Amino acid sequence: MRRPARVRSLWLLVVLALLVALAAASLSIGSREVAWSDIVAALRGDVDSVAQAAIAKRIPRTVLALLAGAALGIAGAVMQGVTRNPLADPGILGVNMGAALAIVTGMAWFGLWTQTSMIWTAIGGASVTAVLVYVMGSLGRGGATPLKLALAGAATSATLSSFISAVVLPRGDIAGSVRSWQIGGVGGATFDGISPAVPFIIVGMVICLASARALDLLALGDELAAGLGERVAVVRGLAALGAVILCGAITAVAGPIAFVGLVVPHVCRLMVGVNHVWLLPFSAAVGAALLTASDIVGRIVARPDELAVGIVTAIIGAPFFIAVVRRQKVRGL
Amino acid sequence: MRTLSSTPHSANPVARERDGRRRRRTITLTVLSMLVILLVAASLMLGNTFYPPGDVTRVLLGQDVPGASFTVGRLRLPRVALAVIAGVCFGLGGVTFQTMLRNPLASPDIIGISSGASAAAVVGIVFWGLSGTLLSVFAIVVALGVALTIYLLSFRRGVHGTRLILIGIGIAAMLESVTSYALSKAPQWELQEAMRWITGSINGTRWSGVVPVAVALAVFGPILLAQARNLSQLQLGEETAAALGVRVERTRLLLVTAAVGLIAFATSAAGPVAFVAFLSGPIAARIVRHGSLLIPAALVGSVLVLAGDLIGQLAFDTRYPVGVVTGALGAPYLLYLIIRTNRTGRSL
Repeated sequence: MRRPARVRSLWLLVVLALLVALAAASLSIGSREVAWSDIVAALRGDVDSVAQAAIAKRIPRTVLALLAGAALGIAGAVMQGVTRNPLADPGILGVNMGAALAIVTGMAWFGLWTQTSMIWTAIGGASVTAVLVYVMGSLGRGGATPLKLALAGAATSATLSSFISAVVLPRGDIAGSVRSWQIGGVGGATFDGISPAVPFIIVGMVICLASARALDLLALGDELAAGLGERVAVVRGLAALGAVILCGAITAVAGPIAFVGLVVPHVCRLMVGVNHVWLLPFSAAVGAALLTASDIVGRIVARPDELAVGIVTAIIGAPFFIAVVRRQKVRGL
Repeated sequence: MRTLSSTPHSANPVARERDGRRRRRTITLTVLSMLVILLVAASLMLGNTFYPPGDVTRVLLGQDVPGASFTVGRLRLPRVALAVIAGVCFGLGGVTFQTMLRNPLASPDIIGISSGASAAAVVGIVFWGLSGTLLSVFAIVVALGVALTIYLLSFRRGVHGTRLILIGIGIAAMLESVTSYALSKAPQWELQEAMRWITGSINGTRWSGVVPVAVALAVFGPILLAQARNLSQLQLGEETAAALGVRVERTRLLLVTAAVGLIAFATSAAGPVAFVAFLSGPIAARIVRHGSLLIPAALVGSVLVLAGDLIGQLAFDTRYPVGVVTGALGAPYLLYLIIRTNRTGRSL
């Protein structure tokens, strides 16, 4: 399904406009009403009034929502491409839970508290889980069918969450911080917390974007891709590594956030077609928009309280997941 | 035929084979029941303080034993009773779903029904202050609603097992986030209490929590057992079952209602004890080769909850709730299931 360049450019403009609008809304909406002049002042660095101070706290939050959404969107698109599976998502496949277990273990047993060490740990946990789930899901007849991958992921998630409980329970002292991190959210973001993750996100995105052409070839089937001179296993491993780095880094900073990686690539394919060179950047933009929008929704629906963004994405994403399942031909699944 | 035995009955090889199977089944069930009784006895005796069998027996007979009357009679007994009853409920409910949907992975804890009951229980407690029977009823209504929703959503020119399982996984993910949201709004955050609704726990059980589950088992258990024959015929496929005289839709409705009822009541008391519903049926199928799996799975469920709780209480420095132990047990089984599938070349 190729789309004419004009359609793509049009969508690009629409998505970018949406992003700007959502970022502005994210700065202005919250439990305190603020004026536009305050926003402009706060963006220039003034924190004179209470309103400006409130906005100054919303800036890192918005940045994190944009970054996390973009990273998860790309990671989802790459995972769906690598596994050739419409249901692949870092949350469904248990990769986020693997990162979570690694982080919780690091906190409880090895006293890891610095952001950078948490990110490395998360990437380690995410990689191991991704390999494990993929191997489990591709055993047996028919290779990695969506059903087997989803089941392997769901069951692995359940098991890992038991292990997380086992690690946290004896440690009443860290339970509170683990809990607030685990619910997932961008609410308490600070620039100091975000900045260690930025290099990882950049590296992950570069790897993913560099794999775009190879993912297109993989979509033709492994034999054909190999026939066209692609080293299938290497490409697949490398692209997956990029996605795992992104998931690990985001999970470390914002907690496990599910379903963004699932929803976004499907929406983007409808807009720009299946070409990964276009699909990946679009997934980043739409992912950023979706996560920012979810964060705003979470702030509005539970006023004056807030709904963590991970909960909002699950409520939005699960019906979408179901719609995808219903659309697929059963044999194809 | 040289060694013709005295009864003409056993001369018939078919009858002999049938008798042999029946005997093996009886032996297996007896062994399982003994195991349950042993574990119950161990759970009553062991703990912070050890009470010898004599003390425990006297407490059970209603005599007053200093110390033991309180610890064994008031603390350990309701807990053990819930372990047995909830285990039976999970085992029965799980194996019913697995058999009916003809997929070992289609157990209520994977396809979202336990998550529904659990989410309902947490929301009921945190937001509306429900408790007791009202809470159980609310949990079962929601769980039935979830089951119905999954069924309707997967209906598209007939219900296909694959689609139903995948949709169940999606629903489960959504409900789990509802649970974690409700828990985050709980007035005072109590990790042990939250554990109950995340992985399942029977810590701090009182008789008032046991009674609704026992009643549910007394109501729904016989319904399931009465349908055992129809259930095994449903396993052959809808058309075959219909040809054999099973009223498919009616049977299925009865089975689903009873199984969901058991799961929901047990979950509203003990939480979604991880993987018990998932593991009981397949383990029972390994042990018992022939005949209905309902009763063996029920016994295996009891064994799992009792053993998981005992291990969680005694094996580590920290006391773990039962769900953490059974959840960890699920991992190797899952690996085994997938490796076996690989060897036999069947698709899941």
